[in-house]
Amino acid sequence: MAEIRLDGVTKTFDRKVRAVDDVQLTIADREFMVLLGPSGCGKTTLMRMIAGLEYPDGGRIAIGGRDVTDLPPRRRDIAMVFQSYAVFPHLTVFENIAFGLRMRKMAKAEVARKVERAAVLVQLEPYLGRYSAQLSGGQRQRVAVARAIVMEPSVLLMDEPLSNLDALLRLTFRAELKKLVAELNTTTIYVTHDQIEALSLGDRVAVMREGRVVQHGTPMAVYDRPATSFVGSFIGSPPMNFLRGRVEGQNGDLRVRLGEHALAAPAALAGHAGREVLLGIRAENIEAETTVVPDAISARTEVVEPLGSHLLLTAVVGDQRLKLQTRTDFPAAPDAPLWLRPEPDKLRWYDPETSQEIAAG
Amino acid sequence: MTSHRLGWAPYALLLPSLAFLAIFFAVPMVSAFGLAFQDASGAWGLASIRRMLGDAQFREALLTTLVLIVAIIPVQFALALAMALVINAKLKGAGLWLYVYALPLGISDLAAGITFFAIFTERGWLNSGLEGLGLIERPFIFLNYQTPFWLIFAVVLAESWRATAIIMVNLVAGLQGIPRDYLEAADVFGATLWQKIRRVILPLLRPSIQVSLILRTILAFQAFAVVIALAGSGLTVLSSEAYRWYGEYRDPNVAAAYAAFILVLSVVSTLLFLWLLPVRREQVG
Amino acid sequence: MSVAARPAAVPVPRETAIAPDRGRRARARRKTLGRALLYATAALLALFVLAPIYLITVTAFTPRDAVYDYPKRLIPESFSIETMRFFVTSTGVLGSLWNSVVVALISLVLSTLIGTPAGYALARYVFRGRDAFRLTILSTRAFPIVILSIPLAVSFIDWGIYDTVWSVALMHTALALPFTVLITGSIFVGVPRDLEEAAQTLGCSPAQAFVRVVLPLALPGLAAASIFTFVLSWNEVFAATILTLRERTLPALVLSSLAASPAPFRFAAAWFMLVPSLIIIFVIRRYLLGMWGRVSR
Repeated sequence: MAEIRLDGVTKTFDRKVRAVDDVQLTIADREFMVLLGPSGCGKTTLMRMIAGLEYPDGGRIAIGGRDVTDLPPRRRDIAMVFQSYAVFPHLTVFENIAFGLRMRKMAKAEVARKVERAAVLVQLEPYLGRYSAQLSGGQRQRVAVARAIVMEPSVLLMDEPLSNLDALLRLTFRAELKKLVAELNTTTIYVTHDQIEALSLGDRVAVMREGRVVQHGTPMAVYDRPATSFVGSFIGSPPMNFLRGRVEGQNGDLRVRLGEHALAAPAALAGHAGREVLLGIRAENIEAETTVVPDAISARTEVVEPLGSHLLLTAVVGDQRLKLQTRTDFPAAPDAPLWLRPEPDKLRWYDPETSQEIAAG
Repeated sequence: MTSHRLGWAPYALLLPSLAFLAIFFAVPMVSAFGLAFQDASGAWGLASIRRMLGDAQFREALLTTLVLIVAIIPVQFALALAMALVINAKLKGAGLWLYVYALPLGISDLAAGITFFAIFTERGWLNSGLEGLGLIERPFIFLNYQTPFWLIFAVVLAESWRATAIIMVNLVAGLQGIPRDYLEAADVFGATLWQKIRRVILPLLRPSIQVSLILRTILAFQAFAVVIALAGSGLTVLSSEAYRWYGEYRDPNVAAAYAAFILVLSVVSTLLFLWLLPVRREQVG
Repeated sequence: MSVAARPAAVPVPRETAIAPDRGRRARARRKTLGRALLYATAALLALFVLAPIYLITVTAFTPRDAVYDYPKRLIPESFSIETMRFFVTSTGVLGSLWNSVVVALISLVLSTLIGTPAGYALARYVFRGRDAFRLTILSTRAFPIVILSIPLAVSFIDWGIYDTVWSVALMHTALALPFTVLITGSIFVGVPRDLEEAAQTLGCSPAQAFVRVVLPLALPGLAAASIFTFVLSWNEVFAATILTLRERTLPALVLSSLAASPAPFRFAAAWFMLVPSLIIIFVIRRYLLGMWGRVSR
């Protein structure tokens, strides 16, 4: 049973830089939580504090109901996979995996049994006698994972474990890792800057920016309803479109003006009447036609990018650009007129000043 | 009680070194000046300094020391630069060349002095060679107090042999920090080797050169076993005067005055190099 | 040099492009010539370094009477250890040899024990006063041995350790310590911090992580650093001469008896002092650049 509770965790470097700023987050037992954010957002620092490698300036950290804030890493019942893998170069693969068990003074036969089992799990059995220098990047990564899971920790921490692999290997390993972690059924925290990794792996994703958790939720929820325009533009490829528009009209008949077009707006925007708002819409939630459709937004095609499974269009609405997806047989051509119909329930509204979500639908 | 959050850990690790250096570096430094400003009876004053300045050997020692430094350093730099360029050219067996050139790193000034004594002595290797070539008919006496030129020549050669390696290693380390692109860029612009050395290599090596110059000069103020081994009492330098005053005349005060004087010269020369060869911050590291 | 001889990246100048064949041949000839000149320079420099070592070796291994022979021959007619034996059996030599070894070993152990923790602190911690400490360490090298030896001699007399191996060893440790701190510092920087932290997440205390992970990885470098100290101490003559009267180290004995000793004695002594250093330089050749080169930064 290892629920992780972060209560107001704060870390400042050099008395100035707030790396982690008052983070409040609870990770449920057996949950796979991904910390996602651009580099420098504090996600690695937060993980290092959970590991005990960094000491917070403020706040408390509890693992499994036990306050571990003042405990060194070895007393926290955690295991960690480092971004660099940190495979000990002076030890064989076997001894690397056995390292933690030996520190626990486990009986030799027991160590051998566990190491073998872990090696089978990550397909390393043929390499147990090798040294780090004789391994490929992918094999090293497996050693790092095996070395962590063999400890059977109550919390597994992974710091960008796939970022040093080449693209193809990363795809394979991602699926393997997901399967492995599901089998282990351990509370897991996974740090990454890769939003696709975050979506594909996590039970929940916590998006961080400038030391704060901006939003947390299931991958689909975070993708579908970004809490801020930052989250929307960070998650998804292409990022969510944001169009500026002015709120017009009054109660009952609220509209947002987008160029020549006026879009029906939810009642929640009433408070913003007369002001600008940001309309967020994802590329796959816009329907496009080449002929005039009533109530559609008139636009012009600028760029057409065939991506195999679909087309990616860049369209111009007034003086604003947006991206949308169409089927590959869509008759798109640069400079051709275009009529766009965003799916009404996929519209997200943001305050351009605070970047917070105001309303959905 | 957790060590990972202890701010004092690094200080605890430094403490032994600091304590040791305080006892065996800082205290003797201060007391050297103390000794220099006392006379044999322990009374404070300039008596010992005055004795040093009034000593018949003082001027000669100072002069010889300076002459040696001025003569040795350019020779060493030329040799070291040549060695460093050879190593950087990545000849076959680059490791072997480096090892051979670096051999003298482990050689003491005393051993170097005696080795060159074997070469320069009357019945030594140099005379044998010169006679074998028919250049002289009977051995020439190089190491004679009446021919200080040859004494200094021998010392310069011995010191160049012994201590070039230190500069060479510095320069090689510095050269390895110069991206090959720069030199290739110079090639594209048709630079000759000499132009490349002058306009690209030397300016980029400036930090290494500055450090080497400072180091070499400080060490040159201390070199005395080479001088004693080669010239006996025919040549005197500041540090051999310090040695003589302590060892032969049993006068630690005047010896300390010499030592303090050497320190002052070392500091002055260091500052001089820092001033003459300013290294901009971005050039470091 | 070799760079000058690499035509591949150099665009062909226009005038050579007219007669490409001739241009290429001329360049190839220049390249060969350049290479030959380079090797000649390299060999000449090597000769400058090696010749004195050869000459003193030949001298040290000629029979005692033949040491005075003139003119000398480059290829010796007779090989003899007579001169060597004369040196080794001279009064005080074996004792001083023993003292040299003891002093060098004490200095090695002391400077490693005292300096390594400081090197580790410099490599791993960011703390207030770090730069000041580094600067202090670097600046100690501006202070000549001469200025330390004389007051220390006076202190050692007071403490009753004057003229013992300890007095010389303490002095040599002080001389070597700044080097040890800087060298070990750069060695520890070379051991990735991740490895140490990984060990800590796997159940090690900081001390255990150091012993089980950092130490094995740093060991070759640390050994080279200690050997550096050994050479420093083995060669040092000024302090050793000032701080001893009877308990001489080998260089101190040779220096203090220089005027009174016959030539064969000196030559054999020079050879004897030289050889261990050459062997040691050979042993740590891989670390030469890393140590001498880095330490002087």
